[in-house]
Formats: sequence, C-alpha cells, structure tokens
Amino acid sequence: MKDVAIVGVGQSVFSRNCGMSIRELCFEPYKEALEGIDLSPKDIDASIICSAPEYDKQRSPAALMSEYLGLTPKPTFYVESICSSSSSGIRVAWSMIKSGLHNVIGVIGFQKMSELASREVAEVMGRGDDTMFGSPLGTSMPAGYAMYAQAHSAKYGTTEEDLARIRVKNSFYGAMNPKATYRKSLSLEEILSSEIICSPLKKFDCCANADGSSCIIVANSDKAKKITDKPIWIMGLGMGTAELNWCVRSSTTSLDSVKEAARQAYEMASLGPEDIDVAEVHDCFTISEILAYEDLGFAKPGEGVKLIKDKETYVGGRIPVNIDGGLLSKGHPIGATGGSQVRTIVKQLRGEAGEAQVEDAKVGLVHNVGGVGTYANVTILGR
Amino acid sequence: MDFANFGRVSFTRQGKVAQFADYLSEDKFMTTKCESCGRSFFPPRQDCPYCISSDIEWVKVKGPGKLLAFTTVYYGPSGFENDTPYTLGIAEFENGIKVLGRVSKNIDIKDIKIGMELKLIPVKLDNERVSYEMKP
Repeated sequence: MKDVAIVGVGQSVFSRNCGMSIRELCFEPYKEALEGIDLSPKDIDASIICSAPEYDKQRSPAALMSEYLGLTPKPTFYVESICSSSSSGIRVAWSMIKSGLHNVIGVIGFQKMSELASREVAEVMGRGDDTMFGSPLGTSMPAGYAMYAQAHSAKYGTTEEDLARIRVKNSFYGAMNPKATYRKSLSLEEILSSEIICSPLKKFDCCANADGSSCIIVANSDKAKKITDKPIWIMGLGMGTAELNWCVRSSTTSLDSVKEAARQAYEMASLGPEDIDVAEVHDCFTISEILAYEDLGFAKPGEGVKLIKDKETYVGGRIPVNIDGGLLSKGHPIGATGGSQVRTIVKQLRGEAGEAQVEDAKVGLVHNVGGVGTYANVTILGR
Repeated sequence: MDFANFGRVSFTRQGKVAQFADYLSEDKFMTTKCESCGRSFFPPRQDCPYCISSDIEWVKVKGPGKLLAFTTVYYGPSGFENDTPYTLGIAEFENGIKVLGRVSKNIDIKDIKIGMELKLIPVKLDNERVSYEMKP
C-alpha cells in the first residue's frame, strides 16, 4: 500500500544524562526530521507526543512540546504504551491520515530517565506489572524477560553464550552509531563475566536507561511526493496485546502479542518474513531479540539461536537485525525508542545508512514492544 | 483484612477479592472460580470475562504444581533491596491454574529446576504482612 508515507525522521543523541530539559530534548529530532525536506512547521496539521509517564514531573507534556516546537494552535495529544509508545503514535498518525482528518502529522517520542535514580526507575518499571498481584512480590522488567530466558533454555537448550552473541553483534554495530549511548564493541568474555542482574541475564544482557527523543513525520501520498523525493511507505501495521499478568499467558517461550502483531502487519502488507531485507527488533534484553526472531517468523520456534550463531543477522547475512546497535547499544529512552527504530529503517531504505547500509534494501520491519511483551507493534516499511 | 498487607510492598488497598489476603493469614491459598462456566482463575478475580458474570466462589488451589519458568533476582526494585537474592517462578497447578510466586529461600538456588514439583505455602512477613511462597 502506498498511501501513507514517512517523509522525515530524526533522533537525538541517546545518552545517560542529556543535561537538558525535555522540551529542548524534543527539539533536536524535530530539527533533524525537517532537514532537507520541503516542509514548513505551519504545514504540520497535528502532533502526537509519546512517552511513558512518571519518568519526569511534567504532567500532560503534549501541550508543552506543541508550544516549544511552534505547533500551536493545531491539535496535539499524548499516546502511551510504555516502551512501544512512539510506534503506537505512528499507528494513530496513520489512522488519522488514512481517514482524511489530517494531511501531515509529527510523532514525537521522548524520555528523560536521568531525572530519577536508577533504583527509582526500577520501581517505576516494577509497577509496569500488575500492581495488585505482581509488583508486591518484587517483579521487574529484567525479571520477566529472565523467566522467558530460563524457560527458553530449558525447552530449546539456549545457552548464556547464545544470549551473549546477540550483545556481541549489537555492540559491534553500536560502535558505528554516533547517536548510540555505548559505542564500544564488547567481547563474548566481557559479556559473560558481567554481574548477574536476574539469572540468567547479566548486566550486558540488559539495555540501559537513557535520555533521548525521536521525531517521525507522516504524510498522505499527495503531500509526501511534494515534501520529499524519497518517501518511505507504511506498508503494514500490526499491534497485539498480552495479558499483563505473566502467569496468565499461554507460553513462557514466546510472545502471543508479537505473533498477533506480526500476523496483522504481514497480512496488511501482503508480505512474509522472507520478504524483509532489514529489521529493527526490540532487544531490551538479549533474550528479547531471540524471541523476536522466532515470533516474527525469521526462524522456527527454538531455532532463533541458529540465526545469530551463523551470523545471519549481521550485514551480509540472510536478514540483518539491529545493525544500528539496537537498544542494547543505543540505550532505551522508552518513549523515543520506536521512533529511533523507524528512523534507522527509513535511512536504510533511503540508502543513507552509511557504514551499516544493507545493499539495495527495499523492505524493512520494526518490532517495538512495551513492557514484558505486553504491547507489541510491528511496522513494515517499503520504498 | 486490608489488601495493603499483601506482599513485601503493596500498591493497592482495596478490592473485591481482598479476601485472598484474609485466606493467606488463615494459612490457606485460595483463588476464585466462575460459578457459571466453572473456569478457575489466578490471580483471583471477582468477574468472569467469558460469562460476563460476577458470581464466583473461592476454591483451594490443589498442589503440587510444576515449575514452568523462574529467575533469581539479584537487583530488585525499590523496597526489595534487602530481600535479594530471591527467586520468582511460575508454576502450573490443577485445572491449568498458573501462579506467579516466590520460590522459598530454603531451597538452594542451584537446586531450582524447571519441571520440579512445588506446593503453595502461605507465609507471614514482618509487620503483619502476608504473602505466599512455593516449596517442594
């Protein structure tokens, strides 16, 4: 389908402490998204502001961003699905453009996690579980994914080394990304000897909290062709939801939310996993990337590990994944992450990805998950 | 009992199924079952989404269950700093009821294995708080 396009993309440098306010943080990707395209701010009909609440003290940040970016008096509102917020924002933008309500929409995602101490952040994240029956036991995001890792290991023989190989790859590409928090290649030994957070996940199996922002500008077909000569089309969109309580879910080795989102997106795009040239998956933890390989259909259940062992997800392999370093290298400023992933794929499809460019990439996929597999967005983009 | 006494740190004061905590204090692990379709739930819930009915009964969860997944937490969220390391697990009991809970600290971490049989045991924490754990 070539009726709604992405015409501009931007992201801030992701870092452990950005040293600026959230409004200033949001200006950076907005500026980058407008660079080199024929669009003036007054032609942006609406904005959607995406973040996870409680990481800064600003209540209802949408109006503040609209004011600072000069987008008033046009409509703005807030969209949230934790770590998947900006992909949900793009989903809403697509719908508002497809319906004819608006022509051009800016989707801005942000998170400034350095406002809180790391342990306070862990508390906020713990409350991403059911606060009645989960959080009182001491659950957390790493604990949730660690249980999937342990179960995946028991069922399929996935080892700690297999998990570490994901970080080896992502750190290799992270070293090439000037916007990543961590730009250092890590060895298998360094990863395996890092301290345990939630067994079997170690420090280097986990992404880091970060400050960052992203901006994606979406437009209808007529406008898109006037704004840029390289529009990237939204071919497929899918979203799925899993039960918040982990114990209610059907599986401990795969995520139904992702499988549902992928099914919808492939169907809408009339494409399958074999058609994807390059992908961004939500590697909040190393195990998350292996689960993504399997739930997106890049590998059969239990065979995700083979993809990384055979280096099939490196540039030059069957399906390069997270070749911007992933969340593991970039850092994970929750509300900005989906937009950052989309930016990477758009740059790949435009042929502007530099060192990590996949030759002649035509179709790309973004998998962006909120919570422990709770909200899943899959977005398929094409030239 | 006030539901705020459930667990190490609580975020919810009231609920129609707050009785869950009362039962724990009486040394019973109970959950709810829909009187209309007979489905059992965990976490306990007052309302059945299949029948759109609120007629439920409290039933005992029979053990032992089988451990499906677990992790030992070394870095816990706020309020749990002095509790680490602790092990969280999901075990499956009769009628397909799956329960998330702590695995007892009396078990050596290296002896915790997926597939092992565990029972649900109500426990009393400090300050009259109640919880439960799983042990062989």
